[in-house]
Amino acid sequence: MNAHVKNTHRYFSMSAVVAGIPIVMVGIGGLIPLVYLLTKAFSAEGSALVDIVFRWRNARLFLNTLLLTVGVLVLDLLIATPAAWLTSRVNLKGRRLFTVLCALPLAIPGYVMAYALLALGGNTGIVAQLFGTSIPRLSGYWGALLALSAYTSPYLFLNLRTALLGLDPSLEESARSLGYKSHQTFFLVILPQLRPAFYASGLLISLHVLGDFGVVSLMRYETFSYALYTEYMLSFEHVYAAWLALMLLAFTACLLYLEAKLLNRVALHRAGRGTSRQLSQIQLGTWHTPAHLYLSLVAFVTVVVPAGAIFLWIFRGFDPKALQGLLNALIGSLSVAIPAGILCALLAVPFAYIGVRHPSRISNALERVGYVVYAIPPLAFALSLIFFLLHTASFIYKTLPVLIYACTLHFLAEAIGPVRSSLYQASPNLEEAARSLGYPRIQAFFRTLFPILMRGMLTATALVFLATMKELPLTFLLSPAGYETLALNVWSYTTEAMFAEAAPYALAILLFSGVFVSVLIRQEEEI
Amino acid sequence: MFNNRLRLFNYVLPILLLFTAIGTVHAETLTIYSGRSKSLVEPIIKQFEKETGIQVKVSYANTTQLAATLLTEGDKSPAALFWAQDAGALGAVSKKAMFEKLPESILTKVPSDFRDADGFWVATSGRARVLAYSPERVKMEELPKSVFDLTQPVWKNRVGWAPTNASFQAFVTSLRMQVGEEKAEEWLRGMKANGAKKYAKNTPIIEALAAGEIDLGLPNHYYLLRFKKGNSNFPAAQTFFQADDPGNLVNVAGIGLLKSSKNKESALKLVEFLLSAKAQQYFTSDVFEYPVIDGVIPNANLLPLSELLQLAPTFNLNEMDDLDGTVNLLRRVEIL
Repeated sequence: MNAHVKNTHRYFSMSAVVAGIPIVMVGIGGLIPLVYLLTKAFSAEGSALVDIVFRWRNARLFLNTLLLTVGVLVLDLLIATPAAWLTSRVNLKGRRLFTVLCALPLAIPGYVMAYALLALGGNTGIVAQLFGTSIPRLSGYWGALLALSAYTSPYLFLNLRTALLGLDPSLEESARSLGYKSHQTFFLVILPQLRPAFYASGLLISLHVLGDFGVVSLMRYETFSYALYTEYMLSFEHVYAAWLALMLLAFTACLLYLEAKLLNRVALHRAGRGTSRQLSQIQLGTWHTPAHLYLSLVAFVTVVVPAGAIFLWIFRGFDPKALQGLLNALIGSLSVAIPAGILCALLAVPFAYIGVRHPSRISNALERVGYVVYAIPPLAFALSLIFFLLHTASFIYKTLPVLIYACTLHFLAEAIGPVRSSLYQASPNLEEAARSLGYPRIQAFFRTLFPILMRGMLTATALVFLATMKELPLTFLLSPAGYETLALNVWSYTTEAMFAEAAPYALAILLFSGVFVSVLIRQEEEI
Repeated sequence: MFNNRLRLFNYVLPILLLFTAIGTVHAETLTIYSGRSKSLVEPIIKQFEKETGIQVKVSYANTTQLAATLLTEGDKSPAALFWAQDAGALGAVSKKAMFEKLPESILTKVPSDFRDADGFWVATSGRARVLAYSPERVKMEELPKSVFDLTQPVWKNRVGWAPTNASFQAFVTSLRMQVGEEKAEEWLRGMKANGAKKYAKNTPIIEALAAGEIDLGLPNHYYLLRFKKGNSNFPAAQTFFQADDPGNLVNVAGIGLLKSSKNKESALKLVEFLLSAKAQQYFTSDVFEYPVIDGVIPNANLLPLSELLQLAPTFNLNEMDDLDGTVNLLRRVEIL
């Protein structure tokens, strides 16, 4: 008995060291912008600091941000929870199509979503032209709420779906056999098991709302990012912006602490003997139609309406010359989005691993390094990297690998959630069993855990791919001169009110994201 | 089963490695940082490449971000030229002594209003602040004569503006210089009290006008023209205030040569090309901007340059560098 305990202990600490190497590397990567922000912040002048950073208006803006964050979280829950359940656990016709549709809003840049929703209302709006009566234009809190919820809901949807697909059916069967009704089973047995997925995506969504400027500015709802963005737009030195960014990071740290407290002692893997069976699918019967109606409504509001509005841009005076750069931009987009997606999924494994398998204060903190990096304003991140590279390795400055590195580091947080969710469902006994059968540590990991993690890793790849496809600030400052992406073109044309020319690029992002995500979903379902 | 899954990665990895290789191999060329959008710049750059055989690589980003990048890069910048959307950003780079003085032969191509007093940058095109309005809801004779009239009760909740926009802030800076700090503050407070609606930038102002959300707006002149290009019935119009009104400010986009540039000769060729009749014709005919040289066929949708300069307030763009003062003012009245 003693020998067994000792052996286990040694095995765990070794694996923690192996997992620790990439984490330390990411940590160092994250330290660069952090040191940069701190250096900037402490070169500020006292009086201006009070005028710009510590003024009451910022507190009011912060309150607005909180209201919006809570609203978006609630609305996302209502959109994504039923959608994730229906597309993973139910014998629904057109499951794959709806899965792709529910993930797709993530491919629409936030500001494009806002433009599209704004185009519906008003005297000249799409609704007025189609039906002859105008509806008021969306704006303010409700406009921002709808646009942000529409495009952040896939974070929750994809995380939940991964978790739902990996659930152990025996728990539900036990609940049923104990006399639980099916809705009781859902709320008392299934939902609690989804906690890691809820927390991880809740964090991501909150960080998105905190950092968003594109949507809230177009919807004319002022949040904290208004202060941050104004400062980044107006000053060339970013001294006070550094303070605002640090305030944002402090708030992120609070959120992370909260999440860590909530997640404490979650153990969701099978405790008994044997392995988890394939999930049985629930027969929906007469509920088929309402389920389809619900999913269609969600897809209509979050995908069809924005995609349709973008498509209508073409009729604003299209110039075919704008198509010339399409292929080039597509190659540019894919050559960063695909490697970043895969790298993030791979890097997320050690992060999730030490957090789940070796819970301690240190590992909890390390696991959350990714989120801190995510919360650093991308502009500050890019500028710190420029400074660092020019003083250390200027020969790689403005090359594609640097951009891929930056996107990987920045979006890593999006990948950790799904991987962690699947890891929670894997029993540590598996690795131990493989070890006792004589497999070396690493091989034991790849033989037992890796296949289980695959599902989470595919979701992670999809999330990061979608995010990178529409990335702007890092691409702006770190890409090689002459490099182009679809998102850069959409931005460039919409900025100059050339919506017709922007349309094919925005539609190409949607199309290729759709194709990529459906391939991943097919893979994921086969696991 | 497990191997099947890895097949995805087997296909994808070689492809992405190939992409990476393509991306990193590039020849020695002229590199430009452009704060002007690709959509406005690319055709004329292509033309330059064709005529001179010099290959040009452009990094496009927001003007302020590029200025910040240049300040971070210092003398290690790979860029030869900085082409900015507004004079303020050029001033910030100029202050750090990162620009090389341009030769007289280039500077004298444009009127003195359209270049830096010390010769560190030169304007490439001009744009005007205008009064955009809804012809359905505002009759010609009701239109305000001055930007100061917009604080009157008749315009309550009917005006849209974009306080975070660099062009708007340039206008406020010029307002302060022309009428003094107090009057400028009074106007800003009056506008705020009169319910002026804040928009993210110029384009949303035009869209809000068409949608019926506002009846008047304060954008740059070319956005509406681009909407009209696609749809001549687009329900919005624009005009100027009376002559010399601060609301008719003329602002510029400009370009400067970086000291760190490795191929100054080619860089100056590009600057010269941008001030040539051909490029200027493109700016006015295709991009709807004002040319900065004479001898260009005027765009029928624009005023001739001489008439525009008569309407515009007398104001030197070199006085435009007090952005901090403007921002402090906007913060004090809680518009930012």
